[in-house]
Amino acid sequence: MDTLLQQLINGLTLGAVYALVALGYTMVYGIIGLINFAHGEVVMIGTMVAFTVIVSLAGSGMPPLLILSVGLLIAVVACMVLGWGLERVAYRPLRHAPRLTPLITAIGMSIVLQNVAMIIWGRNYITFPPMIDKRIYEVGGASFTNVQVAIVVLAALVMIGLTYLVQRTRMGMAMRATAQNQHVALLMGVDIDRVIAMAFIIGSALGALAGCMVGSYYEIAHYQMGFMLGLKAFTAAVLGGIGNMAGAMAGGLLLGIIEALGAGYIGDLTGNFLGSHYQDIFAFMVLIIVLMFRPSGLFGERTGDRA
Amino acid sequence: MKHAHIPGVLVALAASVAMIGCGKKEEPKAAAPAPAPAAAPAPAPKPEIVVKIGHVAPLTGPIAHLGKDNENGARLAVDDANAKKLEIDGKIVKFELLGEDDQADPKTGTVVAQKLVDAKVAGVVGHLNSGTTIPASAIYNQAGLPQISPSATNPKYTQQGFNTTFRVMANDIQQGSVVGTYAVKDMGAKKVAIIDDRTAYGQGLADEVEKAAKAAGATIVAREFTTDKATDFKAILTKIKAKNPDVIFLGGMDAVGGPMLKQIKELGIKAKFTTGDGGCSPELIKLAGAASEGVICTQAGLPVDKLPNGQKFVEDFTKKYGQIQIYSPYSYDAVMVLVDAMKRANSVDPVKYLPEVGKTAYDGVTGKVEFDEKGDIKNGAITVFVIQEGKLVTLKSEGGTAAAAAAPAAAPAAAPEAKK
Amino acid sequence: MSGESGRSPRGLQQWLGLLLLVGVLLAVPFVAALGGQAWVRIANFAILYVFLALGLNIVVGYAGLLDLGYVAFYAVGAYCYALLASPHFGIHLPFWVILPFGAALACLFGILLGAPTLKLRGDYLAIVTLGFGEIIRIFMNNLNAPINITNGAQGITLIDPIRIGDFSFAKTSTLFGISLSGPQKYYFLLVALAALVIVINIRLQNSRIGRAWQAIREDEVAAKACGINTRNIKLLAFAMGASFGGIAGGVFAAMQGFVSPESFSLMESITILAMVVLGGMGHIPGVILGAVLLTGLPEALRYGIEPLQKAVFGRMIIDPESLRMLVFGLALVLVMRFRPAGLWPSSLRRRELSEVTD
Repeated sequence: MDTLLQQLINGLTLGAVYALVALGYTMVYGIIGLINFAHGEVVMIGTMVAFTVIVSLAGSGMPPLLILSVGLLIAVVACMVLGWGLERVAYRPLRHAPRLTPLITAIGMSIVLQNVAMIIWGRNYITFPPMIDKRIYEVGGASFTNVQVAIVVLAALVMIGLTYLVQRTRMGMAMRATAQNQHVALLMGVDIDRVIAMAFIIGSALGALAGCMVGSYYEIAHYQMGFMLGLKAFTAAVLGGIGNMAGAMAGGLLLGIIEALGAGYIGDLTGNFLGSHYQDIFAFMVLIIVLMFRPSGLFGERTGDRA
Repeated sequence: MKHAHIPGVLVALAASVAMIGCGKKEEPKAAAPAPAPAAAPAPAPKPEIVVKIGHVAPLTGPIAHLGKDNENGARLAVDDANAKKLEIDGKIVKFELLGEDDQADPKTGTVVAQKLVDAKVAGVVGHLNSGTTIPASAIYNQAGLPQISPSATNPKYTQQGFNTTFRVMANDIQQGSVVGTYAVKDMGAKKVAIIDDRTAYGQGLADEVEKAAKAAGATIVAREFTTDKATDFKAILTKIKAKNPDVIFLGGMDAVGGPMLKQIKELGIKAKFTTGDGGCSPELIKLAGAASEGVICTQAGLPVDKLPNGQKFVEDFTKKYGQIQIYSPYSYDAVMVLVDAMKRANSVDPVKYLPEVGKTAYDGVTGKVEFDEKGDIKNGAITVFVIQEGKLVTLKSEGGTAAAAAAPAAAPAAAPEAKK
Repeated sequence: MSGESGRSPRGLQQWLGLLLLVGVLLAVPFVAALGGQAWVRIANFAILYVFLALGLNIVVGYAGLLDLGYVAFYAVGAYCYALLASPHFGIHLPFWVILPFGAALACLFGILLGAPTLKLRGDYLAIVTLGFGEIIRIFMNNLNAPINITNGAQGITLIDPIRIGDFSFAKTSTLFGISLSGPQKYYFLLVALAALVIVINIRLQNSRIGRAWQAIREDEVAAKACGINTRNIKLLAFAMGASFGGIAGGVFAAMQGFVSPESFSLMESITILAMVVLGGMGHIPGVILGAVLLTGLPEALRYGIEPLQKAVFGRMIIDPESLRMLVFGLALVLVMRFRPAGLWPSSLRRRELSEVTD
């Protein structure tokens, strides 16, 4: 039983990170119907920037928590600028191009960002200096750290904040309007360009936050870390129904838990025919099964094809 | 970039060449670390030939840091060989390294291999991964070029019936049996959990460890898997924790081992952690921090810093390129084995010196290099390390012979408890 | 439906053009060999990718189904060849048995993938196909236990080269007084296969099925209303695309003599898709151009970047390897930025799109 609890805790932490990254995908997709393949790389850049700031401040005698916050802040700002830049340079000129065109630019941007990061931060894995004293708590035979608690709490706060932003503010209303129908929103006086740029900026900020979480959780960063993370988060977004914010959060958490339980129990479930090497298959299998019965994801609405 | 150091060295070398070329009597040996054997005051400068040696490793992608490490090892070897001003067949040989990037992609691997064949290299050191080494070996074999891999451990590489394939690194079978037996016999493990990263390397090694541990009387309580790109191992570790093993073995690289060690600690797992050469690196200590304390790991070959040639290598390498990752001593030796074979054959023609490669008996920085009939290193030594206070400390070595005392008097302590 | 490829009075000109093309194609391996056999190998991979891109073009370009897991079929074909012509199982069948079998097997997998995803649209389909590709790769990587089928990550070695009687494609031999190296022989084989695929592609484009695909691509609901059996037609697209992938995989396995799962990563699917889109979706010459460019560009950069940097800055500023991929990524972005419909889009498609307003 304590194993199950432990696996749930593992999955929850992982899921919270997935959910934050998935929100970045879903915000952009919900508004302009574009899979921003470079989002994973934005997360990576966020981690790297935070790392650089933290390392350069580490010897300054500032309190660790302050250093961490400064690193986080600078990373978030850097990624906001990056997200805005991405939209301006790579996506805005292609808004009326065939649907697959921006997908290729996104892939191109993701290659560019990876290699730029490699030139700046090197090929080696870099270690995050542990700024917080890691404390390990034990509850009912399962253990977790204060970093894990911080990740889950922070993710929850951000999601609440984001829901407020989208549901209660003028900007949020403009976003929802644009998502429903760009042309009509334009006629209603919504500044479409600004709304789309905002979606990228907010998404990237969430990505930076997720990046910092990943960095301080695993204490490791690498210029290619964004790819797998992005892929998983994208899967999570689709699982929940891409374009739907609640869906992204649920999808992220679900995927994290599926992965943890999958790796933990797949062997027992299949009489050891399948082992934890099929962990990634498990996630995709669930995705395929869900989509077979709900072709628009768990929370997605049936919408017309955008093709 | 680390590259930046090379031009300086080359300039220095070029300067020393120029000095000798001018035939001035002002100590031509000043810049060369080893006395040039034949750079005597000959009135006419000897004719010089350029011999190209190919080197292939992934210089982009997730294991680019290892690829660069390999290339630097080979570069250092080429520089050292040039400094000696070898004379082969009456000509002064100047070695040149053609470094190529195979992106760890088998397809690119064959294109690059062909490129080296086209460029008429005299021999090839590489590739790093088994996945690129094997398809490329067919191309080198057709061209009759000797290929020495410093790091591909897949046994199949040398089992293809080619006379051109060699490796200076112990293969998985040799290493796995040492780790597996050590865990049971010396560490007293009864229950062993094994994790591998599902790469050719990790899988091969883990399978051998499993066999050896079983043979030594332990039970395998868990066999779990991850990928070489994963960073979250808590799910499989939780499962392992429930099985309560004495020892956990990881078949994988340092980038997996580092975060895994931290998560083992976070989950409160008490088992000892062991791993093979892929995780037996300073990088693991850097990535795992305090969690690396007490890790037992193995490296193929004798401990580099204990060997007479090894110490100099470590010094020179760190001065030029920074920290050694894992395989650079092997790529250094691989180049030197090629050079040595050319010297003995008194020819730089692959047709002539290829048979000599097989007869190699070279005292390298990783120990004595001798090949068996397949081209695998004979009787490859395996050294067991423990990580103490952030340093790799030698526990013992198995198999292999220390580089036999050559001209410099080798300290007897250089071969720590060598059993054979 | 008498597009640009129809029978026009310019027939003679077209024949001359075709003749010229054949001449150029025949000359390529010999001209490339002057720069080294490596270029012949690069040309071979370029054609292999032309092959793959044209196969994917059926699915993405014609039927408009976004497939991010195309490499799965390529893998199925490659493993099929590897298992049936290597010492792994001790089976050594001739290539003309295995290639069709591989194609059929890949076709079956195409239908397997297609069936559960029929209801999905656009980007949902993309992620499911992506997942499917990964599933196939993960199985290949792990099916070495409990029964050793694929030999896992270690891959399968010593795969037989393509051989007709005693005429082996792995060795250099002399034919009609011309010395042909192994890569050059594969070149001609690949060109022949590619020509076949191109003919099939052209025939399909102008057939009933081709028009049905286009109808589905433009508006699935309307197509259904017109009486098109969208289910079968979509499955057919998957199956046809998959078969080509299977053949390409077989040739790849024979050419390399070694297969392992790392050759069939997601990046490979993405690269093939990039070729199709970059060149001009649904337009055969465009797709060919895209495939040739994207295979050639990184290689050309490999040769070009080092001297260029030295010439411009006098020394190496950035590692050539990092710069190579950087330029590759930038090229993707810039081409799409300035030619959103691809480098060489079909005029037919453009006209169709502008006539939609009726």
